[in-house]
Amino acid sequence: MLKTFKIGGIHPPENKLTSGGKIQKLPVPEQVIIPLGQHIGAPASPVVKKGDAVKAGQLIGQATGFVSANVHSSVSGTVTAVESRPDAAGLLKPCIVIQVEGDEWVPEVDLSEKIERHTDLPKEEIIKAISAAGIVGMGGATFPTQVKLSPPPGSKAEILIINGVECEPYLTADHRIMLERGEEILIGVQLLMKAIEVKKAVIGIENNKRDAIEHLQSLAAGMNGIEICPLKVKYPQGGEKQLIQAITKRAVPSGALPIAVGAVVQNVGTALAVYEAVLKRKPLVERVVTVTGKSVKNPGNFLCRIGTPIAEVIKAAGGPPEDTAKVIGGGPMMGRAIFNIDSPLMKGSSGILLLNEKEGERKPCKNCIRCTKCVSVCPMGLEPYLLMKLSQYNLLERMEEEKVMDCIECGSCSFTCPADRPLLDYIRLGKARTGMMIRNRKK
Amino acid sequence: MNTIVITIIALCAIGIISAIILYFVAQKFKVEEDPRIDIVEGLLPGANCGGCGYPGCRGLAEAAVKADSLDNILCPVGGAESMKKIAAALGREVVEQAPKIAVVKCNGSCENRPRLNRYDGARSCAIEHSLYIGDTACAYGCLGCGDCVAACPFDAIHMSPATGLPEVSDEKCVACGACVKACPRNIIELRNKGPKDRRVFVSCVNKDKGAVARKACKVACIGCMKCAKECPFEAITVENNLAYIDYNKCRLCRKCVTVCPTGAIHEVNFPPRKVNPETPKTTVTANAKPAPVSQPVSSVPGNSETGEKKETV
Repeated sequence: MLKTFKIGGIHPPENKLTSGGKIQKLPVPEQVIIPLGQHIGAPASPVVKKGDAVKAGQLIGQATGFVSANVHSSVSGTVTAVESRPDAAGLLKPCIVIQVEGDEWVPEVDLSEKIERHTDLPKEEIIKAISAAGIVGMGGATFPTQVKLSPPPGSKAEILIINGVECEPYLTADHRIMLERGEEILIGVQLLMKAIEVKKAVIGIENNKRDAIEHLQSLAAGMNGIEICPLKVKYPQGGEKQLIQAITKRAVPSGALPIAVGAVVQNVGTALAVYEAVLKRKPLVERVVTVTGKSVKNPGNFLCRIGTPIAEVIKAAGGPPEDTAKVIGGGPMMGRAIFNIDSPLMKGSSGILLLNEKEGERKPCKNCIRCTKCVSVCPMGLEPYLLMKLSQYNLLERMEEEKVMDCIECGSCSFTCPADRPLLDYIRLGKARTGMMIRNRKK
Repeated sequence: MNTIVITIIALCAIGIISAIILYFVAQKFKVEEDPRIDIVEGLLPGANCGGCGYPGCRGLAEAAVKADSLDNILCPVGGAESMKKIAAALGREVVEQAPKIAVVKCNGSCENRPRLNRYDGARSCAIEHSLYIGDTACAYGCLGCGDCVAACPFDAIHMSPATGLPEVSDEKCVACGACVKACPRNIIELRNKGPKDRRVFVSCVNKDKGAVARKACKVACIGCMKCAKECPFEAITVENNLAYIDYNKCRLCRKCVTVCPTGAIHEVNFPPRKVNPETPKTTVTANAKPAPVSQPVSSVPGNSETGEKKETV
C-alpha cells in the first residue's frame, strides 16, 4: 500500500510526454534579461550598472533584507540596461539586461563534470554558500532556501523531506534530473541534512516514476539516513503539507509552517542547486525547464540559463505550433498563462506548456448545483463553493473563519467542478484580500 | 371537559405571568434612543448604499443627530434636498454642497487601445487585475469586466457595447462611490457635476512614460505638460506622467482640451464649438440642446453624438 495524503485529491491525465528524452543543453542566447525579483520577498538591488562587463556566475543583484536572494549573471557580456522590463504577466519589473559575448565564467566556479563528495562541512559554511548562491525553492514557490534552513528559535527540525513528486501533469524536469543527476542530488541532500542537523531524509517520489525510484534507491543504498519513499499517484501529492502528511503521517496545523511538526521540505532541484553551490561554487544561474504540449514538435527538457527569453526556449522545442492558443508558465494545474513570451525564464520556471484552443479553453460558468465535488476533492478540507460565494460578496471575516488562508491554490476544485465554475480564481482573490486584511490588523 | 378548562386556565396564567415578567424586563433594559434618529431616518431615501460613508441610512441618521454641524455629512442619494429637510428637522443650518458624479477616466476603446490577447478567466476585473496586465498593453486602464456595473445600486453605470467601457448616466448617478471602490484600477473618480452638467477632465490614468503610454493607447495622457502650461487658472498638475485637473479650480475654459495632442482631455455637455478649420483634431461633439437633459450614455440609434469627444489626432 503506497503512502498518500488523507483527504481529497484528484487524478488529472498525466500527459508526461517528455519523460523519455535526455536533458538537452540550450545554447546561450544573444541577450538575457535577468529580473531582480525572482523570489518571494524583497527584490535584490542591482550592483552593476550600464556598460559594465560581467562574467557568468558574477553577482549582479544583492539580496536586500532577510527574505531575499542574490541574483547572478547567467552569461558573460556587457550590461546594456538596468531598467524595468515587462514580466510574463506584462507588468514592469526591475531587470538587468545583458548582451552576451562569449561564455566566460568567474574563475572560482568548477565547471568540470567530476563529482565532489566531501560533504563534511560545518553547518554555517553550507548555509552561507547557499545564501551567497541565491538559491530559492526550485519547485515554483521560489522561497529563499537559506531562510527555510534557519528554523525560528525554539523549533527543531527532525526530518528532511525532499520533494521529487512532480505531481503536475506534463512536467518532467524533476524526473529527468533525478535520473541524470541522481548522485549529485543525493550529495546535495546530505549537505541539506548537515545544514539543518537532522539524521533522516526521505525523498518522496510518485509511483509513476519507477525508473527514478529504483535509480535513487540503488544510489542511496550506501548512504546513511536517506530513504526513498514511493508515493501514490494523486494530485496534489507534491503540495508541501500533503507530502509531509503522506510521509510522516503528521498534519501541519492550520496557519503553521512545516517546522511545527519538525519537517523541512526541499525540492530535488533545490538539492541539486545546493550541491552545485556548495561543492562546485556555482551560483543558481541555470535550471532545467520542460517545454511541452501535445502539438509541440520536439518537446523535451532543456537546461537553460536564467534570463533566456521564453520565446527562445520554445524555438528550441521546434517553435510554437500553429494551433497554439495559450502558453502556460509551469504546469497545467497551477501554472499561469504567459502574456509576453519575450519575458525571461526565472529561477522558479519549471515548465512551459503550449496548449491549443481546445485544451486551453475555459468553459462558460454555470450555476452551482451543490454537488459538493469540490469539497470532496479539496486536499485542505475546505469548502470551495462557499469560499467562492464569500469572495464574490467580499465577506473577508467570514472567509477567514472558513480558513481561506489554508488554501494551497492547487486548483483541484476548479478541475473537478461539473459546472465549470472559476472557483480557484475567486478564492485566490479572496485569499489575497483576506491576507491583506490580516496584515493590516497586525500593524 | 374538566381537563380542557384546567388547560385553558393554566395557559392563560402562564401567558399573564410571562407578560408581566417581559414588561418589567423591557422597562429595566430599555435602550434610550434619541427619537430624532427615527425622524431623520425617515427623511433619508432608504437606499442603504453606504455612499455617505456610514453603515446605511440609520448610520447617517445617528451621526447627523450626534454631530454638531452637518458640514461633513451628505447623503449623495437624497442630495441637497434631503440634507435641507434634515437640517430643518434638527434645527440646524446646512451648507449646500456641490453635487458630484462618477467620472470614468479611461477612453481605451478597441480602436484606441488595441487588444493583444483575450482574457477568458472569471469575469471579474479584480481577478483579471490580480493576474496580469490585462488584454491590452496598458497596465492602468479599464479591464472591461464590469465590476463597477455590478457594484452600482442605482443602475447608473453600464458597459457601452460600442467602446467596451463603462458609461455613467447623468440622471441616475448619485455619486455614492460604490463603483469607485469596486474598480481595482481606480479609474473612476467622483468629480463636481459642474454647471449645466458641463465638465472637463483627463480621461486617462496611465502613469507610464509618454512613449510607453502612447504605444499602448492612442488617447493616453503622455504627461507632455502642454495643458498645465496653457491653463490660466493653475488647475492642472502633472505628476507621474499624468495630468490631473482640479475641479475646484477649473473654470471650464476648455483651453486644455484644444491643446492636448492625444485628445486625452474630455469635455462633456458643452454646446458645439464654432467650426475652426485650423484645429480639426478636437472635433467636439455635444448634445444639440445646451444640455438640459444630458445623455452621454445614450446608445439610442440615431443619437450617435454623445457628450464625449471621440475623435483623436
